[in-house]
Amino acid sequence: MTKSQKEEKIRKSRGAFHEAFKGLLRNRTATVGLAMVTVLAIVGILAPVLAPYDPLRPTMRERLTPPTSAHWLGQDELGRDILSRVIYGARISLTIGIVSVGVGMALGVPWGLLSGFYGGKLDLISQRLLDILLAFPPIILVILVVTVLGPGLWNAMIVIGITSVPRYSRVVRGSALSLRDAEYVQAARALGSSDVRVLLRHVLPNVLGPVVVLGTLYTATAILTAAGLGFLGLGAQAPTPEWGAMLSRGREYLRVAPHVSAFPGLAIFFSVLGFNLLGDGLRDALDPRLRGVR
Amino acid sequence: MISYIIRRVLLAIPVVVGVVTLVFLSLRLMPGDPALIMAGEAAPQEVVERIRDQLGLDRPLIVQYGIYMGNLLRGELGQSVRTRRSVSYELGVRINATMELASASMAIAVVFGLIAGLVSATRQYSLVDYGTMVGALMGISIPVFWFGLMAMWVFSVQLGWFPVGGRGTLRHLVLPAITLGAMSTGMIARMTRSSMLEVLRQDYVRTARSKGVTERVVQMKHALRNALIPVMTIAGLQFGTLLGGSVLTETVFTWPGVGRLMVDSIMNRDYPVVQGAVLLIAVIFTVVNLLVDIAYSFVDPRIRYD
Repeated sequence: MTKSQKEEKIRKSRGAFHEAFKGLLRNRTATVGLAMVTVLAIVGILAPVLAPYDPLRPTMRERLTPPTSAHWLGQDELGRDILSRVIYGARISLTIGIVSVGVGMALGVPWGLLSGFYGGKLDLISQRLLDILLAFPPIILVILVVTVLGPGLWNAMIVIGITSVPRYSRVVRGSALSLRDAEYVQAARALGSSDVRVLLRHVLPNVLGPVVVLGTLYTATAILTAAGLGFLGLGAQAPTPEWGAMLSRGREYLRVAPHVSAFPGLAIFFSVLGFNLLGDGLRDALDPRLRGVR
Repeated sequence: MISYIIRRVLLAIPVVVGVVTLVFLSLRLMPGDPALIMAGEAAPQEVVERIRDQLGLDRPLIVQYGIYMGNLLRGELGQSVRTRRSVSYELGVRINATMELASASMAIAVVFGLIAGLVSATRQYSLVDYGTMVGALMGISIPVFWFGLMAMWVFSVQLGWFPVGGRGTLRHLVLPAITLGAMSTGMIARMTRSSMLEVLRQDYVRTARSKGVTERVVQMKHALRNALIPVMTIAGLQFGTLLGGSVLTETVFTWPGVGRLMVDSIMNRDYPVVQGAVLLIAVIFTVVNLLVDIAYSFVDPRIRYD
């Protein structure tokens, strides 16, 4: 840790988020990550403006055409413009990230708060339940549930979110456990604050930093997992321009038209790398204790 | 020590029971009639009935659960709806392929991850450090199925160095193992680096240096041995990543393992096989983590008194 980082840590007690943001901008990898995520967001939001062609319109006469000046990334097995499909795919990946992380946080944070704050039997039972979820490699659990509920993007997103619940819960629980007996929490209680108020006003703000870091890193994981499901045919279904599914279709034409698989994969790689860089930077800025959490 | 191991094993039992229960319920809670879904819409009534009878789906849930558990204790995982062979047989003929792939990937990840992490930590903030860590982050971020396809295109299709898929010789193993191991290599490299940097700041390292021990001995003997402890945990967890990733890697390289069996069975709606495969992977993962925990307590006695 450099001297300036140490000073920053001391100043963190005031305007923690302002300082964290400044720290983030000083961190080179984080800035690169933020820029990549911003590009992804802009492409996703402006997809209808940016995409040169209709992502779903086939042109059978131009099947598997390699990149040309008219179609920068070439055309796929149905003659659809790959660039337009990759651009629309950004929308889907952003949605996957937001929904999965939203589900994970919405369940995992309260779970961890209650488990850590009340302790006792509730804590014991809820943590054992999470142990069961943790016994599955995440993608295996997702495959099991998607098999039962049927393939599809929405099912995939929700289940991917659920597999991350134990991670949020663990981190939040640890903080809640240590804050339960903190003096200012005792003081709030002595002044007559209800449990709900103590949890929301005094405990929750203190666990937000690690939760934001985890959320960013899990956005990367969610995009990767959903693309994997798309690749296996268990996620987004045709003709949705989802990157994993596009890559999977291209697999059959690898020998004659590698570009069909190459570009969607590159897009997944770019997005995941962006969120991982941003998450790493946020972690250094917000909570160095989390290092090596994943 | 013995009491710690016993306690740890006892703690794993409810987890395994929970895993089994979850897998059992997954099929029974399926929306619609599982027997009809497995047989297919167009199947004759007797096929649907056969499947329903085979899985005991017409009995009360609790009875089904009892039968399922009883069968499981005898090592019976049910019968494949398609091949009519036992699920244990289907898994048995493929588990070696999956373990071969996962072990090879693990070996790659541990060897290269450790070397990269060490090189990085001992040259902190150098060009080598930055380069290695960028490489590690790329390993973590690269989609395994894309990496596999691109490697296959370059090294198998274009250069013809390796076969395009299948299993058999060592040359068949190279590309799948590197592909599957990339993410874990990155994870282990990052963990080794941060763990080494942490340990190199400790008082006992300073003491070792001040008594004149050479830097190399300080790094390899005093620091590395302590730095390895958290790396072990990550390596154990990575085994789960490898088993999960094997589903994708085996699909890309047509590797005849449990992962590919699982994907094929999903496509064929052969759910007893899917469940058996999920169960097998979850149990292997739990046992590996149990072993890592126990090994951990040998290396770091503090853990036993928690």
